[in-house]
Amino acid sequence: MLIAAGQGGAVFTHNFKIWLLTVVPMEKTTLIFLILVLAALMYYLARTKSVRLVEGRCSRLHSLPVYYGNYAAMWFLFPGLAVISLWFSFEDSILTHLIVSGLPVEIMSQSAEQLGLFMNDVKNVVNGTSSESEDVLRAVGKYRELSSTSNQIMAFVTLVVSLVGGWLAYSRIAPGFHARNHVETWVRYLLILCSSLAVLTTIGIILSVLLESLRFFNRIPVTEFLFGTSWSPQTAMRSDQVASEGAFGAIPLFMGTLLISLIALSVAVPVGLLSAIYLSEYASPRFRAIAKPLLEILAGIPTVVYGFFAALVLAPAIRELGSRIGLDVSSESALAAGLVMGIMIIPFVSSLADDFINAVPQSLRDGAYALGATQSEAIRQVVIPAALPGVVGGILLAASRAIGETMIVVMASGLTANLTFNPLEAVTTVTTQIVTLLVGDQEFDSAKTLAAFALGLVLFVVTLVLNIISLYIVRKYREQYE
Amino acid sequence: MNDSTSDTGGKSITTLEKVKASLGKRRAAELRFQAIGLVSIMAALLFLVVLLGSIVGNALPAFTSTYIGLDVYLDPEQIDPEAKRDSASLAGGNYDACIKAALARSFPDVKDRSQKRALNALTSSSAPYQIRDMVLENPGLIGQTRRFWLLADDTVDQVLKGSIKRSTPESERKIKDHQLDWIDQLSSQRRIKQGFNVTFFSSGDSREPESAGILGALSGSFLTLLVTISLSLPIGMAAAIYLEEFAPKNGWTDFIEVNINNLAAVPSIVFGLLGLAVFINFMGITRSSPLVGGLILTLMTMPVIIIAGRSALKSVPPSVRDAALGVGASPIQAVFHHVFPLAMPGMLTGAIIGLSRALGESAPLLMIGMVAFIVDVPEGIRDPATVLPVQIYLWADSPERAFVERTSAAILVLLAFLVCMNGLAVYLRKKYERRW
Repeated sequence: MLIAAGQGGAVFTHNFKIWLLTVVPMEKTTLIFLILVLAALMYYLARTKSVRLVEGRCSRLHSLPVYYGNYAAMWFLFPGLAVISLWFSFEDSILTHLIVSGLPVEIMSQSAEQLGLFMNDVKNVVNGTSSESEDVLRAVGKYRELSSTSNQIMAFVTLVVSLVGGWLAYSRIAPGFHARNHVETWVRYLLILCSSLAVLTTIGIILSVLLESLRFFNRIPVTEFLFGTSWSPQTAMRSDQVASEGAFGAIPLFMGTLLISLIALSVAVPVGLLSAIYLSEYASPRFRAIAKPLLEILAGIPTVVYGFFAALVLAPAIRELGSRIGLDVSSESALAAGLVMGIMIIPFVSSLADDFINAVPQSLRDGAYALGATQSEAIRQVVIPAALPGVVGGILLAASRAIGETMIVVMASGLTANLTFNPLEAVTTVTTQIVTLLVGDQEFDSAKTLAAFALGLVLFVVTLVLNIISLYIVRKYREQYE
Repeated sequence: MNDSTSDTGGKSITTLEKVKASLGKRRAAELRFQAIGLVSIMAALLFLVVLLGSIVGNALPAFTSTYIGLDVYLDPEQIDPEAKRDSASLAGGNYDACIKAALARSFPDVKDRSQKRALNALTSSSAPYQIRDMVLENPGLIGQTRRFWLLADDTVDQVLKGSIKRSTPESERKIKDHQLDWIDQLSSQRRIKQGFNVTFFSSGDSREPESAGILGALSGSFLTLLVTISLSLPIGMAAAIYLEEFAPKNGWTDFIEVNINNLAAVPSIVFGLLGLAVFINFMGITRSSPLVGGLILTLMTMPVIIIAGRSALKSVPPSVRDAALGVGASPIQAVFHHVFPLAMPGMLTGAIIGLSRALGESAPLLMIGMVAFIVDVPEGIRDPATVLPVQIYLWADSPERAFVERTSAAILVLLAFLVCMNGLAVYLRKKYERRW
């Protein structure tokens, strides 16, 4: 291409405009990709600069050239990514706000729920479905327009911030500059940030569950929730009906959970413990090498598979068996769910118990044999009592697993709250109720949905306590024989 | 030790005699105890066999489906009355009428309206789309008569597979006697065949069992797992490295450690509540999208990856670090250039096991709306989607026998993926395991 010198500037600005038009209104993924590519370029430039400054004698540099490159790339990348992620988290709510405030008055004066539904319609149309409502279509037009403007501004801001950051870093590069220390400090911060995420998750869980629960307890007193014996969260259709707010006494749910967990534990504890004893004390190494992984497969099968099995195979079989011997078994009996759940948690009991039985020093066994005990006597009277704390820890972990298990009970246990201890009847559990209360519901202000969070809080606290106790016991016990 | 004697009823018995007398009993107890242990292992393994056996047994029929061969006249009047031949008008053609006409030609003696409806019910409601897709690909077919192998309704399929028994009284059957006669006529004309169920692997969910497939759920699972991997793997590894290699022993790191151990044992449904409150209500990410699902699964998988990663780092001997530091590496260089690469296989093994758990997870995803009935195959992480385990849950709720088969088949596919992932983990461990 031949361009006369005088025209060069004009052509350049023209090209720049075209470039700006093609680049700026772009999607976030493209932008992120572009930023990454530019950061790689930045790395290359900075690295080359550092080598050029010392004319190739790298030993004169404070750090290896790589670090100068990384330093500049980092300062290019981080500010840009920060802008994008900020935009990402706030864009949607700001756009929604802008659109809602621009809506016709009769729509704006609707309740918050209807507005939410309206906005859902709008977003569905944006994502490709069709709609007849003119208001929706108008809002969609505005949404598209606003979001493309927003994308443009975001792309511009991101690029500017990145370029400024990258340029500042680039200009600081000098032979005596301690690039490695800077990069390593950043790496260290990044690592700390990543490991703090676990704490953030916990805080997130506690806050989200607690705040919604508090809103729930504003409407329903805590005492009624914890000690009430009637649970029917379905609010009545007409407000003049009795119990229009529903009843939120969670005792039947706690009892149901307890019943199913007890059934599960009464399967898992004996089977798991005896298997662990057999595997660690009697089995030949070959048998152990085959049987142990096979047992652990039980823990790897997705719970939805167990639920399917409990609901479609075991429950009908138990019902059939019951009707043959003259018992009336519910088709969603606690027994089916509990049995299957028990089988699921066998590996939790057996593998922990196995660990702890193996940790009991051989000298204790030898002592028992020397006194004339048979192997089973040694196990029952010496090894198991010595391993007991660990075994109890394992059982507690299994119990917390059973209480928190969701899919099996959702698929195989009942939905109606039933205050009973008869394993042949249908009971409902805390987790089942959380799922049924929340699935398919999009509003978050009714007592019904908030109740799910209160149940979640109870579940979280109970399992947390069980976990902490068992982790404490297990840790204490490990120290004992080490 | 002296032989102690005890005096009982004037007769003296030595301890040795007592022991000898009880020996038989004790030996029997020993054998009993051993047998009980063996029985309990066998019981657990037997259950595993029954579980897998019943699922495989249920699943196998789902891999074939029934097709009915019909000579369909692609009537230009019905398909494209205005003869425009562009894809929009072809897509809107009335292919159903062509099929009905073909059926009427095959069974000319069926006149009654309700009988006709029963006859038309033999083919799947998705059969018109089958013809439509072929016509869209090749508009030259219009005006010709062609033999199409159309998907049969699931009741026909079930009759041929024997799940609906002909011996049950007509009133309790989903399929009527005259429909059975038609099926017999068709099969005597060799116009019914059973073939591999392609639909199951090539289409999304459907209300009709015969046209329901797992492709939508599979790609939803894939996208969700993609989000999970790309977030949980780097973050988990970074956290493991910090906690194991750099963290000073103080209250804060102890707190983080307790936190991580607890998070690994928090019920998965609580993560669903977190996702609902934070990602959907607070941050406003689209419901039922793989993005939200992936974020939740990331939070669930991270503790597992961190715990596995730390034990992998711990197994790298300190001499490696010392040697690196000794030749002048900075602590970060020592870790990233020497310790981390050595611990990598172990970390990956743990990560794969955590991710395979995430793949089978469904409870938290129910909370965030991945249970919606979604026909389209998701193409991006913000499209509404469902995942394989949730699809299994949804189908398990459907009463049709054909859905029971398809649920089992979907479970088999899910288990196959899990076996592959765990196999990969075992392979990695075997191949790169080093003893120092």
